[in-house]
Amino acid sequence: MAGKPISQMGLPNSIANLFQARNILTAKDALSLTEFELMELLDVAMDVVTSAISHISEIACPPCQTALSLMENHVKNDYLGGHLPTRLKGLDDALCGGIPFGALTELVGPAGIGKTQFCLKLSLLAALPTSYGGLDGCAIYIDTESKFNSRRLIEIAENSFPEIFHLKGMAQKLAGRIVVLRPTSLTEFTESLQQIKLSLLQHRVKLLLIDSMAALLSNECEWDQKASRQDSLGWHMSFLKSLSEFSRIPVVVTNQVRAQSSDYASSYPFQVHVRDQSIRNSERSESHLVGALGFNWAHAVNIRLILEAHSGKRFIKVAKSPISPPLAFPYFVSSSGITLETDNGIEVAGPDINTIRCQGMVLRIP
Amino acid sequence: MEIWSLPFSPSQRAKLLSAGYTYLHSFSHLSPSALAAGAQTAWDILCEDRTMNHITTSCEDLDGILGGGISCKEITEVGGVPGIGKTQLGIQLAVNVQIPVEYGGLGGKAIYVDTEGSFMVERAFQIAESCIQDIMDKVLQTDDVGVCQENLHVNAILANIFYFRICSYTEQIAVVNYLEKFISAQKDVKIIIIDSVTFHFRQDFDDLALRTRVLSALAQKMMKLAKKFNLAVVLLNQVTTKCTDGSFQLTLALGESWSHACTNRIILYWKGNERCAYLDKSPSLPLSAAPFSVTTKGIRSVASSCKRMRTT
Repeated sequence: MAGKPISQMGLPNSIANLFQARNILTAKDALSLTEFELMELLDVAMDVVTSAISHISEIACPPCQTALSLMENHVKNDYLGGHLPTRLKGLDDALCGGIPFGALTELVGPAGIGKTQFCLKLSLLAALPTSYGGLDGCAIYIDTESKFNSRRLIEIAENSFPEIFHLKGMAQKLAGRIVVLRPTSLTEFTESLQQIKLSLLQHRVKLLLIDSMAALLSNECEWDQKASRQDSLGWHMSFLKSLSEFSRIPVVVTNQVRAQSSDYASSYPFQVHVRDQSIRNSERSESHLVGALGFNWAHAVNIRLILEAHSGKRFIKVAKSPISPPLAFPYFVSSSGITLETDNGIEVAGPDINTIRCQGMVLRIP
Repeated sequence: MEIWSLPFSPSQRAKLLSAGYTYLHSFSHLSPSALAAGAQTAWDILCEDRTMNHITTSCEDLDGILGGGISCKEITEVGGVPGIGKTQLGIQLAVNVQIPVEYGGLGGKAIYVDTEGSFMVERAFQIAESCIQDIMDKVLQTDDVGVCQENLHVNAILANIFYFRICSYTEQIAVVNYLEKFISAQKDVKIIIIDSVTFHFRQDFDDLALRTRVLSALAQKMMKLAKKFNLAVVLLNQVTTKCTDGSFQLTLALGESWSHACTNRIILYWKGNERCAYLDKSPSLPLSAAPFSVTTKGIRSVASSCKRMRTT
């Protein structure tokens, strides 16, 4: 809509020609200028500019829907009301069904905690037939750290769904539905994303997994420049969101962690007493980890699942979700992937739900 | 006596002519404020303000520091870290604006402009259901339950939330331009929520001066909409870090110039284990903070015992 050429918008010829002559060809060009600037550029009266802009805006504007029609569409078109069940009952209940379609879900945690295991299980679930609770479609697994291990995938499959895998040829069929891409740079990744968009409808892709997003940026030369690192992700954030909404699929992205740096801000100017306290507690903060991709990314994701370790156990926490309470579930990694120790989550009050801890565990690096 | 024979400077004469006054007697009886088209006296504004509408946030403490709730005819900016409850507040307001007039609301419709895809219909459904339940509970204490039940239905509330999904800053500018026509046609829209106003302006904008110009034009248009149609505008914003005196602090995104655009500013933050809202900018109210909580029913006061429980 925003890229639509002005010449095709049905404006009166006189104005349309003026836009063309001044090289204002798309809605984006026209709307980036204020009305005053346009008036000067096109040398026409203000009311002519105003009516042209309102016409262009009406056409460039996306269609309006009511919340009711949104809900009816989801119920009608989406499988299971728009969720991919993870088979972890406690987590699925907290997320009102599972990983939602049309939204960006982030898995963040320290190395070796189980993010890739979780992703392998999800890709399997997307490939399973609907009679077994799957999505009966393809999954695209973008593997930037070369962590994808087919043997482990089959092991998880055999242990989680033994009844299916004894059927002849099933293993090959299901494994054949998981497409693994291995881009080695951000540019390659960008290109593969664009290709994915084209082939999404043809191949009945039901899940997009990116493991991990942070690794792509750490390979780039501008690692030191925080600003450019965040900017280079901006396009990808918007693209992934529009991809997931347009094709109504879940998109899962994993994120690494890094130590809390000295420029980490945690309070506002009006919170004077908090600041003084935090200076005293600065030694404690060194054991705190934060997501590697920064604030921008944290705002952009819709659902954030934190995997952390403390007190000798691993926990999966629902840290950010519009429809879930802040719960933490203890889990362990087994031959069938990730298993929750209990389906009753522990309610975590306050900002602790957002902290990532990695203490007291020897983590296996796969 | 015609205007050109009167001692006016050419520019003043031109203005009078364009306003339609050609003879002395056509404007000699007018008061100065009537001639200065669009001006109002302070007394008139005060009388209007007394009847100004507020949209409740469902949290008494928060309503208290806001003078009754989110005010119409003003732009209110709400910012906070991810996960603090900005979208929750946005959805709560989109539902609360529809509370019928007889139960203390505005009986209006809502426009929700979603730039991030964080609007989840299931959550809006939950919040709408709880809002109806709360009204019913209050009504049970008095009378006409039957009438109430007929008029309030979750689907009706959802049908009155107009949803725009914006995927680029061009679309964001386009929708703000288009809203004037949309609201004139719809009537009864009493709140516009943009969630969030920051997302598309934080990326792919190399020219920061252009960004400032575009944003201030956007703010002016929103202000015009708020005044013309007597509705509330709520803009949700993200946070960023700022370096002051050698230490890093949190601040709302989009820069210094943008911070002038809104009439009121509320910052949502964590105080210990509690969520708090701080009124950071207001033309008439003292700056103060109030605690609130996010529960299954939506935004509520902390004092209420229904803490957010897991859904069964």
